[in-house]
Amino acid sequence: MGLAPGRFTGEPGIVTLSLEQAVNWARKGSLWPLTFGLACCAIEMMTAVSARYDIDRYGAGVFRASPRQSDLMIVSGTVCRRMAPVIRKVYEQMPEPRYVISMGSCATSGNIYDSYSVVQGVDRFIPVDIYVPGCPPTPEALFDGIMKLQEKIMRQRVFTAPAVTQV
Amino acid sequence: MSATQHPVIEHLMQRFPGDIVSASDFRGDLSVTVRKEALLPIGRHLKEALQFDYIVHVASADYPTERERFEVIYEVYSIRRRQRLRLKTRVSEADGAVDSLCGIWYGANFMEREVYDMMGIRFHGHPDLRRILLPDEYEEGFPLRKDFPLQGKGWRDTFDDFMTQPAPERTS
Repeated sequence: MGLAPGRFTGEPGIVTLSLEQAVNWARKGSLWPLTFGLACCAIEMMTAVSARYDIDRYGAGVFRASPRQSDLMIVSGTVCRRMAPVIRKVYEQMPEPRYVISMGSCATSGNIYDSYSVVQGVDRFIPVDIYVPGCPPTPEALFDGIMKLQEKIMRQRVFTAPAVTQV
Repeated sequence: MSATQHPVIEHLMQRFPGDIVSASDFRGDLSVTVRKEALLPIGRHLKEALQFDYIVHVASADYPTERERFEVIYEVYSIRRRQRLRLKTRVSEADGAVDSLCGIWYGANFMEREVYDMMGIRFHGHPDLRRILLPDEYEEGFPLRKDFPLQGKGWRDTFDDFMTQPAPERTS
């Protein structure tokens, strides 16, 4: 279940845990990704949704076409400079808490596209939680990134620290 | 050039003597380089008399060491003849303009805009010569020119136009 060990009281059907852990547990198991495919990485992202790989096993299968219904943006593909304002705007439209996965070498660093029109990493203008390497990453690599993000969500301070992401 | 020309090239050479700089025929695919001043009448003749009714694409090339540095390339096709023809013309950097063929093939509109956007060649008589891929306010020049630095001049790294604040460092 991903809950911290040692929390089982021994009584059947009862788990004790902090409210913070409960909130984080609920959040991590219900990631709603935003479809944001920019290049060939999006093909691998779509494959990850398919029956063979089944991203729903991680609770992240409800891809939305609207940022207002999403809390995870998977930036999959080459980020052109002209796309940058769009990505920023879509990011700002997502409700908090929100997370960003930079999928693949292009979104992370620009990859081989060291040219006048390609942004050298999406983290130049939006904060990124998880970087998934690969060109393109396999669906398994994307799942690894999602699981890493879930581990990170479990470590978030919900009530004491500032909100997860500050704009 | 072979001794016996393709009939289309033969026809063009008779119809426009002195305007054809060179012509070639590679397995039936024709390529004709013409003087810049003759581009419009030859284009019109191709469309109206020789049934080249379809504009496939407009391209440009940059030969920075040559006197007439730029080349504009129109590829046209005759659906009726099943004939492909490449119409080329050269233009110097100082001049930097050729006649637009939008009046003949309206499909050349966006393609000429792309050539203008990327290579900076202007088209006389174009109905709406603006940048098409890059933003209107782009000021670094024309990226497909050979003397344009590959990494640009800083535009890709500036986000001031839409960033209200810089992206923060993550604390968690």
